[in-house]
Amino acid sequence: MPRRDDIRHVMVIGSGPIVIGQAAEFDYSGTQACRVLRAEGLRVSLVNSNPATIMTDPEFADATYVEPVTPEFLEQVIAAERPDAILPTLGGQTALNAAVALHESGVLERYGVELIGADIDAIQRGEDRLKFKEIVQSVGGDVPRSAVCHSMDEVRAAAADLGLPVVIRPSFTMGGLGSGMAHTPEDLERLASTGLAASPVTEVLIEESVLGWKEYELELMRDKHDNVVVVCSIENLDPMGVHTGDSITVAPAMTLTDREYQRMRDVGIAVLRAVGVDTGGCNIQFAVHPGTGRLVVIEMNPRVSRSSALASKATGFPIAKIAARLAIGYTLDEIRNDITGETPAAFEPTLDYVVVKIPRFAFEKFPGADPELTTTMKSVGEAMALGRSFQEALGKALRSMETSRVGFWTALDPDGDPDVAASREGRIYAVEQALRMGRSVADVAAESGIDPWFLDQILGLTELRQEIEDAAVLDAPLLRRAKRAGLSDRQIAVLRPEFAGEDGVRSLRHRLGIRPVYKTVDTCAAEFAARTPYHYSAYETDPAAESEIAPQTEKPKVLILGSGPNRIGQGIEFDYSCVHAVMALREAGFETVMVNCNPETVSTDYDTADRLYFEPLTFEDVLEVVHAEQVSGTVAGVIVQLGGQTPLGLAQRLTAAGVPVVGTSAAAIDLAEDRGAFGEVLRKAGLPAPAFGMATSFDEARAIAARIGYPVLVRPSYVLGGRGMEIVYDDETLAGYISRATTISEDRPVLVDRFLDDAIEIDVDALCDGSEVFIGGVMEHIEEAGVHSGDSSCALPPITLGRSVLEQVRRSTEAIAHGVGVRGLLNVQYALHGETLYVLEANPRASRTVPFVSKATAVPLAKAAARIMLGATIAELRAEGLLPGHGDGGELPPDAPIAVKEAVLPFHRFRTVEGHGVDPLLGPEMKSTGEVMGFDASFGAAFAKSQAGAYGSLPTSGRVFVSMADRDKRAMVFPVLRLADLGFEVLATEGTADVLRRHGVAATVVRKHSDGSTEGGETIVDRILAGDVDLIINTPYGNSGPRVDGYEIRSAAVARGVPCITTVQGAGAAVQGIEAMKAGRIGVRSLQDAHASLLKARS
Amino acid sequence: MTALLETALLVLEDGRIFRGEAYGARGEGLGEAVFTTGMTGYQETLTDPSYHRQIVVQTAPQIGNTGWNDEDDESRGIQVAGYAVRDPARTPSNWRSRRSLEDALREQGIVGISGIDTRALVRHLRERGAMRAGVFSGDALGPDDELVARVLGSPQMEGADLYGAVTTREPYVVPADGERRFRVAALDVGIKFNTPRMMAARGIEVHVLPAGTPMEQIDELAPDGFFVANGPGDPATADAPVALTRQVLERRIPTFGICFGNQILARALGRGTYKLRYGHRGINIPVIEHATGRVSITSQNHGFAVEGEAGERFDTPFGAAEISHTCPNDGCVEGLRAIDVPAFSVQYHPEAAAGPHDAADLFDRFVELMDGSKG
Ligand SMILES: Nc1ncnc2c1ncn2[C@@H]1O[C@H](COP(=O)(O)OP(=O)(O)O)[C@@H](O)[C@H]1O
Ligand SMILES: Nc1ncnc2c1ncn2[C@@H]1O[C@H](COP(=O)(O)OP(=O)(O)O)[C@@H](O)[C@H]1O
Ligand SMILES: [Mg+2]
Ligand SMILES: [Mg+2]
Repeated sequence: MPRRDDIRHVMVIGSGPIVIGQAAEFDYSGTQACRVLRAEGLRVSLVNSNPATIMTDPEFADATYVEPVTPEFLEQVIAAERPDAILPTLGGQTALNAAVALHESGVLERYGVELIGADIDAIQRGEDRLKFKEIVQSVGGDVPRSAVCHSMDEVRAAAADLGLPVVIRPSFTMGGLGSGMAHTPEDLERLASTGLAASPVTEVLIEESVLGWKEYELELMRDKHDNVVVVCSIENLDPMGVHTGDSITVAPAMTLTDREYQRMRDVGIAVLRAVGVDTGGCNIQFAVHPGTGRLVVIEMNPRVSRSSALASKATGFPIAKIAARLAIGYTLDEIRNDITGETPAAFEPTLDYVVVKIPRFAFEKFPGADPELTTTMKSVGEAMALGRSFQEALGKALRSMETSRVGFWTALDPDGDPDVAASREGRIYAVEQALRMGRSVADVAAESGIDPWFLDQILGLTELRQEIEDAAVLDAPLLRRAKRAGLSDRQIAVLRPEFAGEDGVRSLRHRLGIRPVYKTVDTCAAEFAARTPYHYSAYETDPAAESEIAPQTEKPKVLILGSGPNRIGQGIEFDYSCVHAVMALREAGFETVMVNCNPETVSTDYDTADRLYFEPLTFEDVLEVVHAEQVSGTVAGVIVQLGGQTPLGLAQRLTAAGVPVVGTSAAAIDLAEDRGAFGEVLRKAGLPAPAFGMATSFDEARAIAARIGYPVLVRPSYVLGGRGMEIVYDDETLAGYISRATTISEDRPVLVDRFLDDAIEIDVDALCDGSEVFIGGVMEHIEEAGVHSGDSSCALPPITLGRSVLEQVRRSTEAIAHGVGVRGLLNVQYALHGETLYVLEANPRASRTVPFVSKATAVPLAKAAARIMLGATIAELRAEGLLPGHGDGGELPPDAPIAVKEAVLPFHRFRTVEGHGVDPLLGPEMKSTGEVMGFDASFGAAFAKSQAGAYGSLPTSGRVFVSMADRDKRAMVFPVLRLADLGFEVLATEGTADVLRRHGVAATVVRKHSDGSTEGGETIVDRILAGDVDLIINTPYGNSGPRVDGYEIRSAAVARGVPCITTVQGAGAAVQGIEAMKAGRIGVRSLQDAHASLLKARS
Repeated sequence: MTALLETALLVLEDGRIFRGEAYGARGEGLGEAVFTTGMTGYQETLTDPSYHRQIVVQTAPQIGNTGWNDEDDESRGIQVAGYAVRDPARTPSNWRSRRSLEDALREQGIVGISGIDTRALVRHLRERGAMRAGVFSGDALGPDDELVARVLGSPQMEGADLYGAVTTREPYVVPADGERRFRVAALDVGIKFNTPRMMAARGIEVHVLPAGTPMEQIDELAPDGFFVANGPGDPATADAPVALTRQVLERRIPTFGICFGNQILARALGRGTYKLRYGHRGINIPVIEHATGRVSITSQNHGFAVEGEAGERFDTPFGAAEISHTCPNDGCVEGLRAIDVPAFSVQYHPEAAAGPHDAADLFDRFVELMDGSKG
């Protein structure tokens, strides 16, 4: 039966900012949904506060609202758009929770809006863990024993009954937020109280532990005819106890017989029906006892989930796309399988390859955070790899991670016995080492809970290693077997020093004609011909082996290298730019070829580029793809400039290997990235940079510091993303830093920069075609320089910078673009210190802010950049209309709306080993996982929206607590006074209170945490935890002063989710935001509408 | 993984040769090369009599992971003529496993090959169609052209009369679980263990009979129902079972057929069968039931099919009949229903093993049919 004709207008809800547990996969699913619904001729309106998403590009919906995904704003959009239906199952838990709220507050009813793809009762049956368990049992399934608790007393009783350890799980949170495993009564107290707080309904589930069991997931789909298919089975290599999101996972399931698998399938389908997910996708998790096969159901997500994205990429079955079609009334048998083009979607994909996903962590960013992997998800990204065997896929996935280790044996074994019991990042390396050192599979299995089959595969690799080391010569058969087992040239080079590195191995390999074949992901194990060129590499030993790359000669081809696994500092923003390049170059008549290994992204959707290679972004793997493409046609160019540092880092070697890297040349990239060379560029252009020096010892460092004066900013010279950066105020701390900087050496010096205090940071994105420079946008940071550009909020157009400064910014940017020799995108960071505009750094590539700038200014920067890299000039693009006819982002019309970018930080997910929160302080090292955009006519309103989108609304009344560093007290008086006028009750620590009182603010004094709480007086920390503080303004006391109070206050704020402002500038902005809210000056406006008036104002 | 690998060859009748390592028994295995896309259930597949004289190519690359247990066999032993896989497990892992898959193959003398590009082989069979092939290792190895000649010397699947080779020599009875509600005469043309099990669970006492059983013996049994099982070979050769089925239909005994049984009922109703290019072999295959429009994901294993169109009605010596099920992938007939006599059949496997259980309710329909005609 065809689709419903009573639905003409659907509103899609996105998932908001990228946070741990809810990342780019929801941009992928949301984008697919928008594409499908519009292809069906429906009007689509979209709400998502995340500007870095493809889905929020104006061309993907009829009306795009970059507004907070909160019930308040959603209601405004509904009122403005009057959709017939809302599709809430593709925006993760955020969208689902928002939809439930809209239902409960009666908004849906009031506006006559129907929820499609989800039914409220089904959502509740699926998400309410107790109801869910009852349902599972009602269909004959088994579950871990448990009790639902709403208070600590109930928790203690339940734990006593179940016996420790127990799992604590808050209801209605995503990514396992606030959940954990309690082994001791202390754990129980801590986890359960935070869990109760984390749950929107103050409810936690206390559950029998099935720690160490095998963990599985099924991805299912159901249509309104009650047809159900299982799209994919996923087996976790890490056993129960490690969150699926943090586990190495494998598809399809590797260690189940058909009987056990079908039992799982039967239970899954029965549960799906009983829960009543009427149409769409859902994900069910199971645990299996390794010794008895006892099968228990863990949970279900009645929506498209992180795993659905993985399953879609792993199988070629586009779950979100099909879910959207089902939601508007189609049935599975009516939907065609795009890949075969003939067969219907009513079938179950079958794989003739193995898929391995490995999570990417960021513990190094959160010193003191407990690295133990638990039931709370902590990874910030993931890479996926496909191979014809588990060994091959594992090897490819490991080298896709871009961590210091790129596969087994590529780093020295850590000394000491490998610990296979502790579930930590990279445990797989410990496992390999243990097996190599002779520990038995059975032994390691018992300690790690990893299935012996996986361990035996790894043991096989260690045996192969031995063979390779022992072989007299590395002959063709052995080399083939090594490659077939997924070993990289680099790994082999480690074992055979005579090759002097991977280049030696590669030339031998090429001499022997050993190259990968490329197979196709086709959902059907080659039973039917595939039309979508979605490829992965594999090595075969069989001489009859086949590659499946169809020759393509009509059009010149362009390869776009993606950005690999998401991580802090390199996220979805870069995928956005890659996808834009694909769209622009396709339109310009090129055949586009995408290379990436991140399953969460839009770029790895087979619908995005003309061809997709799901491959690691290492030099070796990229080179082989280029070769395969050159054999099948002409490669006009390879783009390394849009995927962040990952592909940029390959520029030199690719160029040296004769690969046509287009855009900014490798030499130019080096000019911008090499400190010394860049210094020359600046000197020639007469642009000031902070004084700096390089030190290889403490004495050198101290000498430099003495010369340029404290405070100084120190960092290792070779890392990116602000890693290991610290602001140092005196010799003593400097000594400390140097002693900690273990890797310091002659060729790895430490950079010592003069730190510019109280400087305004300015970020610029620009295009250069070799002659003309186009300023994309100038962003004024709200926090002062010293807070990483990725973590500070910023405004575009700049809100306080004067004409002359802007002119200076333009001239400096032009000078740098020409001095470096940029062809394409350039990002420059400046610090305005007094009257001087210092250059902090220049990145000759797309930056994190490209999508934000493009949305704020209605100019598709990445598209223009891609065209420029392939020879178009800015003048031509202006004429074509891709760029505005005249003017640029450096000079926006006076009435242009203000866009505020706010970063979202993951502090609440991390705990120290003692179980305390980590310090949520901002610094030169980037820590945020994502961002939101607040867009409105005035700065105040835009800022308020950015806060609402990132952290929940600013308070408009109640209690504000103020405690600030002496140097800030002055600047703070005015905003605090204003808050008092606005009716806030002011709490302050003693010193601060005195200052305020002298300025006529009646502040109530509260005890510092360091004073300790007495029967008489609670400390501020007690009060925050008690929840009677609504807003916190707390600026750090510099590096030297007593910071422990600040730390306790801020982590209490995080624990309680109270807005906490840590900079003077932030306080000022917050006050403006609160004013705007009180004045009711905050509405919603679609991007299309805003862009239309921008374009009008321009012409 | 040992350094010294024994060579094995998979040789196709059209001369294409795949080189890999010897797996399972050494020697020669001749048969029709077919591929199955199931990702689980190799033990059930290898012991399914319908694979008699076929060389099975497994598209799933990692095979043998769960070893070989004592519960999951679907017949008295491994039935295939040869086995081709990419990556055999080094050591199995499963709490029910008793031996490795390779040991099971060796013990039962099944010649296998591993390490070939199974996907390339599958694409070849998809384009050229299932064809004769041989797996050679050990002493059976020889010059390529000689091996091709040996393959060409082996009989074609078309016109092959094979059910006789797999049927039971003696009749035997599978008692009903609990009290007996029905007695069914099941014609064994290659029956799988799970089929009587599924019936027994529904109170059916199953009398499994040799393929050559005459009508008289069935009359003596006075069964409530008649069942024709799955089986190997070309249904066009199965004249005796077809004749028997006609006699059963004359007596209006409720009849149910699976796979080969579907083709036999079709022929009894006057329909022809034909050979598919490469058949349906997998556990992910959709089937639409036209009465309800519902889709089941089914387990299938057939190289021949019944002539007919979706929803088509036709006249037979026993009154009207209809095509009740088809496969949306290619429109192939997947089920029949006689309207004037109590008989129906499906081309797929409701007994699954291996495969999903979506179609298990067909056994309940058989029960209803028998209930109905019991009056
Ligand atoms: N009863 C349990 N015993 C041990 N580990 C568990 C148990 N329940 C869940 N886990 C682990 O915690 C992780 C998260 O639990 P889950 O129910 O999936 O919550 P969510 O996915 O919503 O965060 C699971 O992936 C699993 O590894
Ligand atoms: N000399 C300096 N004075 C003040 N702040 C600085 C200085 N250099 C860098 N910073 C701060 O550190 C952050 C990160 O430094 P940057 O050079 O941009 O490294 P990254 O490669 O991580 O972006 C900048 O965003 C800025 O806030
Ligand atoms: Mg989960
Ligand atoms: Mg920077």
